[in-house]
Amino acid sequence: MSYYRPAFRHPNLPANELGYTVEHYEGGLSTLCAGCGHDSITAAIVQACFEDNIEPSKVAKISGIGCSSKTPAYFLNSAHGFNSVHGRMPSVATGANLANRDLIYIGISGDGDTASIGMGQFVHCIRRNLNMVYIVMNNGCYGLTKGQDSATADQGSKSKAGSVNMFHAIDLASLAIELGATFVAQSFSGDKAQLVPLVKAAIKHNGFAFINVISPCVTFNNNVGSTKSYDYVRQHVEATSTIDFVPPAATITANYEQGSTKQLKMHDGTVIALHKLEQDWDPFDKLSAMTAMHKATIKGELLTGLLYMEEESSDLHSLLQTSTRPLNALSEAELCPGSKILEEINAGLR
Amino acid sequence: MKPTDIKNPEYFHKVVDCQYACPAHTNVPEYIRLIAEQKYSEAYMINWDSNVFPGVLGRTCDRPCEPACRRGRVEKEPVAICRLKRVAADNKGDVMKYMPKGPFKSNGKKIALVGAGPASLTVARDLAPLGYEIHLFDEQKKGGGFMLSQIPSFRLPETVLDEEVNYITGLGIHTFYNTYIKSLKKLLADGYDAIFVGSGAPHGRDLPDLKGRKEGAANIHIGINWLKGVAFEHIKKIGKKVIVLGGGNTAMDCCRTSRRLGGESVKVLVRSPFAEMKASPWEKEDAMHEDIPILDNHVPTSFVVENGKLKGMTFEKVKAVYDDKGKRSLVPTGEPEAFYEADDVLIAIGQENSFPWIERNIGIDFDKWGMPAVDNITYGSSNPKVFFGGDAAFGPKNIITAVAQGHQAAISMHLFCSGMDIKNDRPAPMVNLHSMKMGIHEWGYDNQVTNDLRYVVPQNDKKVTLKDRKKEVELGFDLPTGFKEAERCLNCDVETVFTENRCIECDACVDVCPTACITFTQNGEEDDLRSRLKAPALNKTQDLYVSDILPTKRVMVKDEDVCLHCGLCAERCPTSAWDMQQFFYNVTKAPGICKEEMAVN
Ligand SMILES: Cc1cc2nc3c(=O)[nH]c(=O)nc-3n(C[C@H](O)[C@H](O)[C@H](O)COP(=O)(O)OP(=O)(O)OC[C@H]3O[C@@H](n4cnc5c(N)ncnc54)[C@H](O)[C@@H]3O)c2cc1C
Ligand SMILES: Cc1ncc(C[n+]2csc(CCOP(=O)(O)OP(=O)(O)O)c2C)c(N)n1
Ligand code: SF4
Ligand code: SF4
Ligand code: SF4
Ligand SMILES: [Mg+2]
Repeated sequence: MSYYRPAFRHPNLPANELGYTVEHYEGGLSTLCAGCGHDSITAAIVQACFEDNIEPSKVAKISGIGCSSKTPAYFLNSAHGFNSVHGRMPSVATGANLANRDLIYIGISGDGDTASIGMGQFVHCIRRNLNMVYIVMNNGCYGLTKGQDSATADQGSKSKAGSVNMFHAIDLASLAIELGATFVAQSFSGDKAQLVPLVKAAIKHNGFAFINVISPCVTFNNNVGSTKSYDYVRQHVEATSTIDFVPPAATITANYEQGSTKQLKMHDGTVIALHKLEQDWDPFDKLSAMTAMHKATIKGELLTGLLYMEEESSDLHSLLQTSTRPLNALSEAELCPGSKILEEINAGLR
Repeated sequence: MKPTDIKNPEYFHKVVDCQYACPAHTNVPEYIRLIAEQKYSEAYMINWDSNVFPGVLGRTCDRPCEPACRRGRVEKEPVAICRLKRVAADNKGDVMKYMPKGPFKSNGKKIALVGAGPASLTVARDLAPLGYEIHLFDEQKKGGGFMLSQIPSFRLPETVLDEEVNYITGLGIHTFYNTYIKSLKKLLADGYDAIFVGSGAPHGRDLPDLKGRKEGAANIHIGINWLKGVAFEHIKKIGKKVIVLGGGNTAMDCCRTSRRLGGESVKVLVRSPFAEMKASPWEKEDAMHEDIPILDNHVPTSFVVENGKLKGMTFEKVKAVYDDKGKRSLVPTGEPEAFYEADDVLIAIGQENSFPWIERNIGIDFDKWGMPAVDNITYGSSNPKVFFGGDAAFGPKNIITAVAQGHQAAISMHLFCSGMDIKNDRPAPMVNLHSMKMGIHEWGYDNQVTNDLRYVVPQNDKKVTLKDRKKEVELGFDLPTGFKEAERCLNCDVETVFTENRCIECDACVDVCPTACITFTQNGEEDDLRSRLKAPALNKTQDLYVSDILPTKRVMVKDEDVCLHCGLCAERCPTSAWDMQQFFYNVTKAPGICKEEMAVN
């Protein structure tokens, strides 16, 4: 087994605007199982950050526990990182984000990490519209502990050992929309063409951006009868649109049929264009999104793409009216204004 | 694009860049691995089978494999393929036990070989075990041809050459040394079943019309004649100031030999720009290291002779100008002529073939330049009994080319003597492909790629080597360094083999590949596909490996160009759609045909 990646790279690798090739965005060599969907999501994050000219040292990657939560070790080596406790990624991300609003926060979690032990943290993070990307690598099982059914396993899905899951699945994307998440997307680890622009858009979104990525566990949940296997997902995936991610300076060149396209501008001028949009689907209308999702569930389809987005989103910092500068950029006098100010505050609370 | 047919042995053959570039198609990665395993004798025999002179070539080969080596495309320098060959040769044990041993059962046929250079010796080696009575003629006092008379001992010690010549003559070859063949007609009349002409290109070019050539003749020498004189110790000295004319390997050997025979101020003057000289870069480096300046863009205009004594030469300075088609012309710069002093001048401006001993009425066609018409596959001439090879066939090349042609000529001669068709009955190469998988993530080869840069071969101190023309300059790698250099080889013969019906398109190989070789995408025409890959495939000399259409309607495309053969794709593949398989390719030689025949019978 090679635990080591050769140092040589393709001599013609293109560089991005920062002058970095994709090599600058790599992490350590993955120790996940060969063929794990999580590795493809890692690669999509690498590609998105590279293409979007993101400075890796301006990123903080935070995770919980699980095979999925190991992946921050496999991308953006020079980013900040915190591998927290099982299900506690949201609170660590919240603290970090409040202390330093200038970083890009990428939270990585699993379906076990989010939908079971971390559920409480997850929902509150949504409520607060914390400015972060929250990716669930969803394989319907606890991969790291050898494949027990998770709370996102579909009812009737068969495990590798042959047992059939009797409980209803928690639909994380619907739940996120329901709880007021301002950016909700769903994708499949095997579809980078869709996943990469979604990650870029999520990074740009000013507020809580949730991506639920179906990510087959090749070792424990890729068997016939499982609804999270490569084959099953490929057969049941239904893209709601194709996505173009157009940086502020560029112009949209592709020509699409009238009426089937929706464009939306993000706060920095980036345009996301959704093409070949499903009929009766308005990703800016919560009701239309919810209805479509429920219909898809009944039909046994997995809807992917940008499901719902609120264009005008105010993140936690603007709600709380916090300092516009990160705490580490404030002087001691600003951080500890002295007992007189404290007395004034206390007086205001009386 | 159509799916790649990996059943065609030429596909993977081309991926093994060094072996493909080697005229004799030596299995380089196999011998490099054997060196890393300290199996020097086995490594030697892999070489001996293909190139016949591993010890000689490990010191002197023109090494067309090295510019082709994949390693040179992913970092600065290729693997030191040539000098690793020397490691095998210098450290081998008793290799005689692996070689064919006579006496061989006679097949009743008799053949003659003219010249005892590498081409003829290869024919002798290949045909002796088949029972031919072989008569080897050379005007020199022993075998080796130009390897003996031209390549100086400080590059190739005579003992190394003798050893490898003797392996061949020891197979029961009848040698006729000090024997110049004056008439091919007569040789044909002597009843040989076939004759091989391996007489080389023994005629050194002169500058007969240059002013002062006749007057200064006593101190003006033809390079190859002079080198031969030195090798056979007729010439032991040269003047203090020497000019060498020319930019090829003869010029480099002349100037370096001059430094050892008393030349103190030795210069090379060459017409072409430095970068376009025929000599290899390492030859130029070695000459300059011995304090020999190389003055380029100098065209000789006269020998200056005063009172019957050579004083020096004058030169016109030129610069290279290229037209739209890239054709070069040397245009005078208009600067005044330059004069350089010289006690002796060596003319090393090229060699030519010359066949004064071949009659023109014995059925061998010659062209207007005096070159025989030779088939470049069979090496047969228009006289069915007469075959050519080495420098005699297509003009001066190098040892490894002479060997490769010798193998092919030997096959033709054997087919001819057995009553078979020399064109249509040629044997196919021997090929094999087998998996290197040993465990889930374990391979039968060392797949970890080292980052070491090319190791430099140590040299003897020039204070020592310049004093003794027989002292070898290069010392060869010591074993630890040889091992480290061997580890730089990327094992290009361990091929990535893709089985599409196993692929679940999980992308794992795409993501893990360090050199972005693999892409899954819609099919298209080659140029279009090349532009759409993860990294653009600009090197068109390297093929794309394309699969059949996969379930998602895409194809797998792998650009072979900078694949490291690290096996990570195969390790990452959950379904073993990728496998690492060793590709074995060996040019069948004359004894191999008989093995096939025997196998059939
Ligand atoms: C100075 C110099 C340096 C070189 N250095 C290198 C090097 O480093 N590496 C490399 O790969 N190549 C080198 N070469 C080229 C290489 O030596 C030749 O390409 C190679 O030896 C050709 O082999 P051959 O078998 O065709 O003939 P040769 O080696 O030329 O042998 C021909 C033999 O035939 C004999 N002969 C010719 N006519 C007759 C006749 N009528 N009767 C009897 N005998 C006859 C000649 O005496 C000679 O011995 C060098 C050449 C020169 C001139
Ligand atoms: C507090 C705590 N409880 C339980 C565990 C055991 N545990 C480790 S990983 C894991 C589930 C991981 O599932 P998921 O988040 O889906 O990650 P995956 O491995 O499937 O990617 C559990 C229950 C733990 N590490 N810590
Ligand atoms: S156990 Fe499953 S989730 Fe974990 S690394 Fe292996 S395939 Fe991926
Ligand atoms: S890396 Fe090794 S196998 Fe590949 S071309 Fe170079 S020497 Fe040959
Ligand atoms: S062996 Fe596979 S992973 Fe390694 S460089 Fe070649 S294609 Fe890439
Ligand atoms: Mg999981």
